Amino acid sequence: MQDLESFRAETRAWLEENCPASMRTPMPEDEVVWGGRNAEFKNPDSKVWLDRMADKGWTTPTWPAEYGGGGLSKAESMVLAEEMQRIKARPPLVSFGISMLGPVLLEMATHEQKLEHIPKIVRGEIRWCQGYSEPGAGSDLAGLGTKAILDGDEYVINGSKIWTSYADKADWIFCLVRTDFEAPKHSGISFILFDMASPGVTTKPIKLISGNSVFCETFFDNVRVPAGNVVGRLNDGWTIAKRLLQHERTMISGFGLSSGRNNRGGLADSLAQTAMSYRGDTGKLSDPALRDQIAQFMIDSEAFSLTSQRSAQEAKQSKGPNATSSMLKNYGCELNKRRYELALKAAGTQALGWESLTEDGSDFSARELDTTRQWLRSKGNSIEGGTYEVQLNVIAKRVLGLPDMTSMVASNKK
Amino acid sequence: MSLVLNEDQLMLQESARDFCREKATVAVLRKLRDEKDPRGFSDELWQAMVGLGWAGMAIPEAYGGFEFGYSGLGIVLEETGRTLVPTPLVSTVLLGATAINLAGSEEQKSELLPKVAAGETVIAFALEEGALHNPSNIALGAEKTADGYTLNGDKVFVLDAHVADYFIVVARSSDPADSNDGISLFVVDAATPGISVQRLNMVDNRNAGNVRFDNVKVPADALMGAEGQGRAALERTLDIGRIGLAAEMLGGVQEVFERIVDYLQQRTQFGVQIGAFQALQHRAAIMYSEIELCRSLVRKALLELDRGDDAEDIPALASMCKAKLSEVYELVSNEGIQMHGGIGMTDEFDIGFFIKRARVAQQTLGDASYHRDRYASLRGF
Repeated sequence: MQDLESFRAETRAWLEENCPASMRTPMPEDEVVWGGRNAEFKNPDSKVWLDRMADKGWTTPTWPAEYGGGGLSKAESMVLAEEMQRIKARPPLVSFGISMLGPVLLEMATHEQKLEHIPKIVRGEIRWCQGYSEPGAGSDLAGLGTKAILDGDEYVINGSKIWTSYADKADWIFCLVRTDFEAPKHSGISFILFDMASPGVTTKPIKLISGNSVFCETFFDNVRVPAGNVVGRLNDGWTIAKRLLQHERTMISGFGLSSGRNNRGGLADSLAQTAMSYRGDTGKLSDPALRDQIAQFMIDSEAFSLTSQRSAQEAKQSKGPNATSSMLKNYGCELNKRRYELALKAAGTQALGWESLTEDGSDFSARELDTTRQWLRSKGNSIEGGTYEVQLNVIAKRVLGLPDMTSMVASNKK
Repeated sequence: MSLVLNEDQLMLQESARDFCREKATVAVLRKLRDEKDPRGFSDELWQAMVGLGWAGMAIPEAYGGFEFGYSGLGIVLEETGRTLVPTPLVSTVLLGATAINLAGSEEQKSELLPKVAAGETVIAFALEEGALHNPSNIALGAEKTADGYTLNGDKVFVLDAHVADYFIVVARSSDPADSNDGISLFVVDAATPGISVQRLNMVDNRNAGNVRFDNVKVPADALMGAEGQGRAALERTLDIGRIGLAAEMLGGVQEVFERIVDYLQQRTQFGVQIGAFQALQHRAAIMYSEIELCRSLVRKALLELDRGDDAEDIPALASMCKAKLSEVYELVSNEGIQMHGGIGMTDEFDIGFFIKRARVAQQTLGDASYHRDRYASLRGF
């Protein structure tokens, strides 16, 4: 414990010295650092902060130092997180490499694969995207049809993916492809990595109801990929895919937490204060029904945050994320959706503007417009990473031990 | 601070669970009800629980307790919530002993706390004056006399009133317009002339009664703490009571849920287990998620209580616990009947006992809307 306290003191001092002042303020969406070959730093402090943290491996505090990670124990990384929270430091880097791919590579890739990819994730040099869903394979992901056929020492990949988040901005893709066409659907899938700059890869952004285009359609036309880029055993990609989905759910469940990335400085951060200010209330929110709904939301939100903590403590005693990741994903997403519905109720028509037609934002402020867009964006939370309903199926089957109706349906078809 | 139970706590949980499943079952409650038991609980079982240390769980060692903390008491309450066995745990151990420990004089503590820990006394907490929890509206009067106080007024829904040896009475000793808010706590011998108890037959078959205080003369040393300044101790007692009650409710919620899942796996219709139907699976999965949140809240609140003077945010945690558990017990107890179908409606089947206990526990010390309102005020809106 003594060591931990001295670690805390050192960490606190280091953060004080190295975290730029502007990195201690709420983070607008356009200042989130995703890294990559074409990384943009709207705020130059973001680059300074990223490089300093990456030098210590603290963009990925618990990853092994051997691959550029921080090499911290779980306890030390919690201290680091607490100290960052204390000064409201922004996360220096947000990426699918960190939240999804990295943990799976560390667990399942070869030493050479780790050496090649992990340090670039840690430093934010390569931005990854996820090639999972296809037009015909959504909730039934294992029904995917993108083909990889061996030709010499390369795979030739043909097919298309959809809902590929930020594919147009990503450098590399981790992708599920079918490598055995005779085997049952779960047994013929492989997990492969390749460069999005490879000839034959094209992407097309999809415009969403929020007006933004975070998702793409991605097409592969005779893309040639070295056979050594398969992670894990050939045709055993489904095991990796599921493992990665658990990490993805854990990440998405973080949307429900009222801290870190969700502290955007928007109207949804402090719903009660927002509701009071738009009504001119002092001391007590005058709309009793809304007050009750906000209280209920906040209680659930605090209880959810405690549950995330408890789940992490339990995971420490077992290994990695468990079936509760489905529960956390669902609850976090529903909370985020509730948060934005309440933000709309709190701010009335001021949270329903689409864009500003004035130079000074006197019609709608940037915060108000961001709330509108985020409200629309939040509707996707319960679809991406496995729908709300699919997660309920997973809980029913894995946690509660109830019979699997979907496999009954599948076996009836055969 | 770990939200996961430690070794000692796991052992306590296991032994409490074994005891309740073997001896303190729902059948005990059924028998007490059917035989119209005059005491309303089994003294023999209670003494066995006392033997296991349950009555002294949160009482300091100096007063004959075991100092296992509120986390320990919470574990015991949770297990008794699974089998619904009536005991004086809530009235005497959770509320009575807590109030005495917080507000009592050295003499009051030395006299009463060892008796509680030894299972030798039942203490009833006389607070409510109306159908809804409202600790800010106390009318029962305490008038100062030459050698003590005279109490006049009515209390309702006092847990274990008709078997109580002592009452802790929440009274008004001066007008709230005075410098303090005028609430005083008294510990009163139940045999004092002028006290009359009307037993209530509640839907959950647990002991409660209405108590009339008609010119009840109590000595000066019946007062707990300073006159007119009982509010702080009262509020803390109530918060501890709410958290403990939430722990009991958590036990009931989990028990009903486990019985539901068992039934979904056993019952077949249309040639399959009904647990294969998504309409039921999804509702079960939603309940599971809500229960996980309940577990975290109760655990956190109990941990904080055990931090003593360092405890933080207890009022809000108490309201969060009581609001959330009230909501979720309502949900799960309703689903308990619906998912069991016709058999869930029969008296012969146990599930009905849980919905009855759920509703009484929901109302006790404030329901969900009371506590959401209180939480909003505490959080500044």
